[in-house]
Amino acid sequence: MIVRGHESVLVQGITGTQATFWSERMKEYGTKVIGGVNPKKAGTQHLGLPVWGSATDAAAGQDSPIDCSCIIVPPPGVKPAALDALEAGIKKIVILTEHIPVHDTMYFLSAAREAGAQVIGPNTAGIATPGECFVGFMPAFNERVFKPGHIGVISRSGSLGTLVCLNMVQAGFGISAFIGIGGDPVIGTTTRDALQCLDEDPNTQGIALIGEIGGGMEEEAAEYARGMTKPIVSFMAGAASPPGKKMGHAGAIVMGDKGSYAGKKKALEAAGVSVLATPSSLPDVLKERLSG
Amino acid sequence: MNFEEHAAKPLLAAAGISVPEGGVATSADDAAALAQSLGPCVVKAQVPTGKRGKAGGIALVDTGDQAREAAARILGMEIAGLTVKSVLVEQQVPIAKEFYAAVLNDSDSKGPLLLFSSEGGMDIEEIAANHPDKLTRFPVDIRNGIEAGALEQALPPIDGVSGADMAAVLTKLYSAYCANDAELMEINPLVATRDGRIMALDCKFTLDDSAIRRHEELAKTGAPEKLTELEQRGQEIGFKYIELDGNVGVLSNGAGLTMTTMDAVSHYGAEPANFLEIGGHAFVLGKQALEVVLANPRVDALLINFCGAIARTDVMTSGVLEAWDDVDPQVPVFWAISGTGEDDARAMLKEKLGVAPYPTMDDAVKAAVEAVK
Repeated sequence: MIVRGHESVLVQGITGTQATFWSERMKEYGTKVIGGVNPKKAGTQHLGLPVWGSATDAAAGQDSPIDCSCIIVPPPGVKPAALDALEAGIKKIVILTEHIPVHDTMYFLSAAREAGAQVIGPNTAGIATPGECFVGFMPAFNERVFKPGHIGVISRSGSLGTLVCLNMVQAGFGISAFIGIGGDPVIGTTTRDALQCLDEDPNTQGIALIGEIGGGMEEEAAEYARGMTKPIVSFMAGAASPPGKKMGHAGAIVMGDKGSYAGKKKALEAAGVSVLATPSSLPDVLKERLSG
Repeated sequence: MNFEEHAAKPLLAAAGISVPEGGVATSADDAAALAQSLGPCVVKAQVPTGKRGKAGGIALVDTGDQAREAAARILGMEIAGLTVKSVLVEQQVPIAKEFYAAVLNDSDSKGPLLLFSSEGGMDIEEIAANHPDKLTRFPVDIRNGIEAGALEQALPPIDGVSGADMAAVLTKLYSAYCANDAELMEINPLVATRDGRIMALDCKFTLDDSAIRRHEELAKTGAPEKLTELEQRGQEIGFKYIELDGNVGVLSNGAGLTMTTMDAVSHYGAEPANFLEIGGHAFVLGKQALEVVLANPRVDALLINFCGAIARTDVMTSGVLEAWDDVDPQVPVFWAISGTGEDDARAMLKEKLGVAPYPTMDDAVKAAVEAVK
């Protein structure tokens, strides 16, 4: 789930307003955007790139398989778009759309599992490899926020993830990879998956794991973190959120003890992760952990 | 979106699961009339929450007069902060054994998860805590559905009910879950009656909010969320606003960043007055957001914290500034701005208000907390 500059990227829904703005940013930054999909505008050009009627059509015209698809279509169109991407043989699918019915998500995640494809999201701000490329809604081009370096950042939230990257860069660090896993209750890439990916990435020396109350993903990631040698610092949003209320991200709801701040903090700390009270203290503690 | 029992049970019936005969009453007289025609009944408060029995919201009655008395007592009751406006009057059934059954969206298996326990009549948290060995967890691949034989094999031996019969009922529950885009479809208790039937005596249904647009008719029968006036206003405008007890107003973007801003307020010694995020596609609503957050009389200071990824800080800032003169904030306002569009946002802020944002979120939060002390 780290995207590289040589990987070809298809944007499904490229002609929408948001998609147009961000596809242009991606292209400028160095992402190898090969074109987009809009069934109603097949055969036309957009941003100087070809528009196909489907991902399958797009793939048919390529010399090599398309590496990655970025889906930015309205919620009802996501399931068919994802199935189309899988049909086209794409193995990395980044889904930015929010408010997708969860039954649709579970359907295409099941299909992706069978096809051996990795889905990132839905409801993610995307993934970024500073200095190379990004896929999604990430201001990778803003040097105050994203500079190449050796810290991997995992976050459900785009805005909070951006803040953490900014804090890291201000403290003199750079970012090896940002993995936005998305705020939906059911997502393709979990915190644990992203952690393993950064653990295996030779360019990543330390990790900032940004969690949120609700669900059990941080607890699951803690199991994996036990066996890691790279230092991990963590901030979890939601300590001050009242239980039982949905705070925007559908995933961020605490029912009883499951998914509570205290439970997550305990699990992560038991695995050797430094869990901090504010995101601004992450860089200092990471510095200590890296030098110690 | 949550549904009251009387609105959820017909979904089970439509999938072929037996439910007791009954009807909804909004007055004691209507309840009496229903009980008269049905015989011995259960009178049940209709509010979308569990623990109705413990709160005294459920009564067994034998006659119409008893039903009238029970309904008169239950109607108007407060249960978990909700006022009971109607009761469900249902025929009593002769219970031989109680079970628990549910299907829900499971983030761990990334698919539907069917739960079954031969211990019924208590809530799932209790079952999971006290009888984990008696809880069957059966993940389903949503593309294939339930294979009857496999489910039957996964079930524990059940006194007096054949595995095939129970698997058939659970498969119907699964189809009700699928047909209605449920986040949760739960039957507690599911019972075996002394005359050999399997029936759902209760039903809890939560519709996936993201699927409401393809269930518009069904959504009309859902229980309205209990919202404050300002929360209602936020919902109508199109953003999520939650009123809290503190006095530092929070206006931020993105769920994660907004929760973090609230956490920081709390960490530095004050409490947030609200949750309000204008991320995602709501980032053009800066103007309305300022109006709503300052309409709360408890707010003594306002913290505006924008960090732009998809949400452009210039667009959000310009929205807030557009409303500035109309709203005319009477409390001190503390800004932090970073990410997409920050240069333009800073310039706008300088030009309109002659101020610069604090260098970091923490600086802005500390200043706001200081101001309300």
